[in-house]
Amino acid sequence: MTLIKKSAAELGALIASGEASAVEVAQAHLERVRAVDGQVHAFLHVDDEAVLAQARRVDERRAGGEELGPLAGVPIAHKDVFTTTDMPTTAGSKILEGWRPPYDATVTARLRKAGLVILGKTNMDEFAMGSSTENSAYGVTRNPWDLSRVPGGSSGGSSAAVAAYQAPLSTGTDTGGSIRQPAAVTGIVGTKPTYGGSSRYGIIAFASSLDTPGPFARNVLDAALLHEAFSGHDVMDSTSIDRAVPPVVEAARRADVNGLRVGVVKEFAGEGYQAGVLNRFNETVELLESLGAKVVEVGCPSFAYALPAYYLIAPSEASSNLARFDAMRYGLRVADDGTRSAEEIMALTRAQGFGPEVKRRIMLGTYALSSGYYDAYYGKAQQVRTLIARDFDNAFEQVDVLVSPTTPTTAFPIGERADDPMAMYLADLCTIPSNLTGNAAISVPCGLADEDGLPVGLQIMAPVLGDDRVYRVGAAVEKALEDRWGGPLLAKAPELAEAAK
Amino acid sequence: MTTPTIVKYEEALTRYEPVLGIETHIELGTNSKMFCGCPTTFGAEPNTQVCPVCLGLPGSLPVTNHAAIEGIIKIGLAFNCEIVEWCRFARKNYFYPDMPKNYQISQYDEPLCVDGHLDIEVEGETYRVEIERVHMEEDTGKSLHVGGATGRIHGADFSLVDYNRAGIPLVEIVTKPITATGDKAPLVARAYATELRELVRSIGVSDVRMEEGSMRCDVNVSLMPRGASEWGTRTETKNVNSLRSVERAVRSEIERQAAVLDAGRRVIQETRHFHEDTGVTTSGRSKEEAQDYRYFPEPDLVPMAPSREWVEELRATLPELPAARRKRVQREWSLSDLELRDVVNAGALDLIEATIAAGADAASARKWWMNELSRRATEQGVELTALPITPDQVARIQAMVVAGELNDKLARKVFEGVLAGEGTPDEVVAARGLKVVSDDGALAAIIDQVIADNAAVADKVRGGKVAAAGALVGAVMKASRGQADAGRARELILEKLGAS
Amino acid sequence: MSAITRDEVAHLARLSRLALGEDELDHLAAQLDQIISAVARVQEVTAEEIPPTSHALPLTNVYRADEVRPSLTPEQALAGAPAAEEQRFRVPRILDEEA
Repeated sequence: MTLIKKSAAELGALIASGEASAVEVAQAHLERVRAVDGQVHAFLHVDDEAVLAQARRVDERRAGGEELGPLAGVPIAHKDVFTTTDMPTTAGSKILEGWRPPYDATVTARLRKAGLVILGKTNMDEFAMGSSTENSAYGVTRNPWDLSRVPGGSSGGSSAAVAAYQAPLSTGTDTGGSIRQPAAVTGIVGTKPTYGGSSRYGIIAFASSLDTPGPFARNVLDAALLHEAFSGHDVMDSTSIDRAVPPVVEAARRADVNGLRVGVVKEFAGEGYQAGVLNRFNETVELLESLGAKVVEVGCPSFAYALPAYYLIAPSEASSNLARFDAMRYGLRVADDGTRSAEEIMALTRAQGFGPEVKRRIMLGTYALSSGYYDAYYGKAQQVRTLIARDFDNAFEQVDVLVSPTTPTTAFPIGERADDPMAMYLADLCTIPSNLTGNAAISVPCGLADEDGLPVGLQIMAPVLGDDRVYRVGAAVEKALEDRWGGPLLAKAPELAEAAK
Repeated sequence: MTTPTIVKYEEALTRYEPVLGIETHIELGTNSKMFCGCPTTFGAEPNTQVCPVCLGLPGSLPVTNHAAIEGIIKIGLAFNCEIVEWCRFARKNYFYPDMPKNYQISQYDEPLCVDGHLDIEVEGETYRVEIERVHMEEDTGKSLHVGGATGRIHGADFSLVDYNRAGIPLVEIVTKPITATGDKAPLVARAYATELRELVRSIGVSDVRMEEGSMRCDVNVSLMPRGASEWGTRTETKNVNSLRSVERAVRSEIERQAAVLDAGRRVIQETRHFHEDTGVTTSGRSKEEAQDYRYFPEPDLVPMAPSREWVEELRATLPELPAARRKRVQREWSLSDLELRDVVNAGALDLIEATIAAGADAASARKWWMNELSRRATEQGVELTALPITPDQVARIQAMVVAGELNDKLARKVFEGVLAGEGTPDEVVAARGLKVVSDDGALAAIIDQVIADNAAVADKVRGGKVAAAGALVGAVMKASRGQADAGRARELILEKLGAS
Repeated sequence: MSAITRDEVAHLARLSRLALGEDELDHLAAQLDQIISAVARVQEVTAEEIPPTSHALPLTNVYRADEVRPSLTPEQALAGAPAAEEQRFRVPRILDEEA
């Protein structure tokens, strides 16, 4: 098997044992990027020389006898929302084109410390607003399963890179489902850790009370290893939890559900759900039961209000977070001909530098917070947040984890929902509740939909700081399904034509 | 016909009753900024005290400075406020180039300290100013306006922004409406600002220097016709950079608003700017649309829930506050109200107290600082505290007077020498040879010479006109360059002339 | 009846500092109207006694010690500036005295 098809854990072991060097592994992945990224467009920035320099440093550290973690030397694709001192950081927006941050995000710094080799920065919906990566100012990313379809979003570059074997691991951020939904529609694993479990410092903010960094990988154990590598308390983030990272790697290795109580969220089915998605989901629930889990149906009536509440809270916070992009201190400045005022330059730059979805959400958030509307919109949305937390509390008194489809449909065709915001927003229907309450959730592949042969994701949700549970259940499902399929789901994906070398 | 632009103050007060409100911003003297570790040194080179957080760079996050919260709680306690059990920061959203995030982290409907008061005295009468709230926020950067004639914002071609000040902890103290002050309104405003400054300085959380901007006042003024019960429209005057300006700004706004109302027009609710040079306020650019700050709870910071134990610990650290101290001092030093006021106004309280602590008696300590040294400070046009003499030195000079080594006249010469930089009091005494001469032998020689030089006067004394001896004593003092013990000289003269 | 008028949309654009063209305003007005009508569902939650939730987790009292940490150099601070002069950020003339 070629290096690019190996798991992160395998690559880490090969490099640790000296069977492969970090440079060799990096070279193999750079070649793959060159061969397929012309079609996929997962990356916004790759600098071969800088990548090889990082890999060389890992090999040197190893040679110098330094004790390195299990992922040292393993390549990773990094979402362009994390600040990086050695690479541009744009958040998929024209307004930040070419910006080089003077500091590393905490996650970036921890990746470096763990010896991961950052291959480059991945494409995303502008400021993480979207579910298709079509909102990037730098072009669409294509789903490796079907290049006419979206890879999900907002972390679509990261999901596509892993699904296309350009990197065994990638980072994402999940504000309303931006890791789980792209993982589901590209047939890989993606986790939204507990809010506050992984630092937000250096993540270009979309909605501060919801944004959570998390891992993508082709299997559950790899995701857990990456989760563990960059998570844990950070003094630079006031909302960071000062507790040990839950034992996610151990849980992923344990991979059993015997005696575990699993709740099926009653509300996440019916109208709007693709039949093939529901079929695979229901089969997986049956599988869980056959593996020894106790399955019950759980009602979460307030989840019906999660989507509208989210589309008030997230845009409200975003309208404030994105106010700093004003052409004064960094980023784009247009029309500064010496006659216009700062006020005019701000408004012209923002109108030109932001894409339609970002402007839509800034306007919506400004509306929800403005005097006279605050109580009816933002205020009510915050009450809904309380009700959703109560539904979760109530559910987790009865069960250990909750399950649902990750997203109601498989990957949709590029362009299909581009100018229909409400249709686009439905992609996050099942993932949003966990963002509103901060609990842990994962998406693992659970098969292909009958209609279109495209991947379906199973979402597993656990209480706050119950991250280990989602890995334990996810790994159990993965093991059982791979036994049934005779290998990982991704093996069923069509081979991408490699460009001539 | 043109309407007058102002109505004379006294006349305005015959028809209108002013209502005041004062918002004061205090920069706390913490080592680091409110939400990041950048230093807060005043006057540093531009943009040398900035980091991703206070520059509002994408991805950066604020973390609250513990010492700033301690500082504001101490202020709240000093203002007799209730410290709430739970509150949050809020974002105040508006665009302005000197504000890096285009929102200010502040507090909205959940201030940390509420419902306090501050008693002030104006012309012997006590006013209680009610405090609505004391809340925590962050300062903005500073713009330099380039081009145009004046360096002012209007007519400038562009601006240069320094963010060193951005993110310095700022405490805002807001009064409730101050009513029923009548014609004392400007004095009440000034007395409030003065007392506030004293109070904040006394607890050591800020240097409260108005000239450096670490204390800034915004003054709200409205007028209502006498006898009316409904308040008028208020204006908010900014840029008030000294205690004297607080008084002048209130006075000027009363005069201006009275003219507007007299002419049957409406006062426009607006921001105005006070100009130190002309003593009047001018309108800020009127906004086409009312501000809408879209406040909401700051999601990047978690709520504050100061424990009652912590609040009590902080209360215990508060020093004696100025009002209590003044009461004690007045009692201990046996001062009249007027004398106390003079001492306070001269800024001599600390100096006198330190002089007493160094061994001087209260009356003498006060006498030196309030007479001799105040006079010299006035001559030089400096504050008392700026004179190059320490309370210890004043106490040392007084000790020499008590010991009979100096008389008042010589003591003044010692002050003169110390202030001229000639050294310590002892050094000045030695260098200038300033010692009281009471030695009979030395005196007798001088007296003999004086009697010989003033035979006519001596005869009068001999003839029983004892009062004439004063002229001889004066001559002895002159001959001894003031160093003779005048009492002893008089005794010896009368003895020699057989008039005792 | 629409949830939001064209004038309100124009007002929001000014508040948001977005210089939007007439076409863009028209297009946005229609979309915002649709979105606002949909999210107004939150108003079906009528019980008054439900406390609002602003933060995902119930943390309180997170502070840092009052210690100075290294700042950026002025060169780093100004590296991304569209214009700089005299070690300061150069910005176009400012109209408002202050906001």
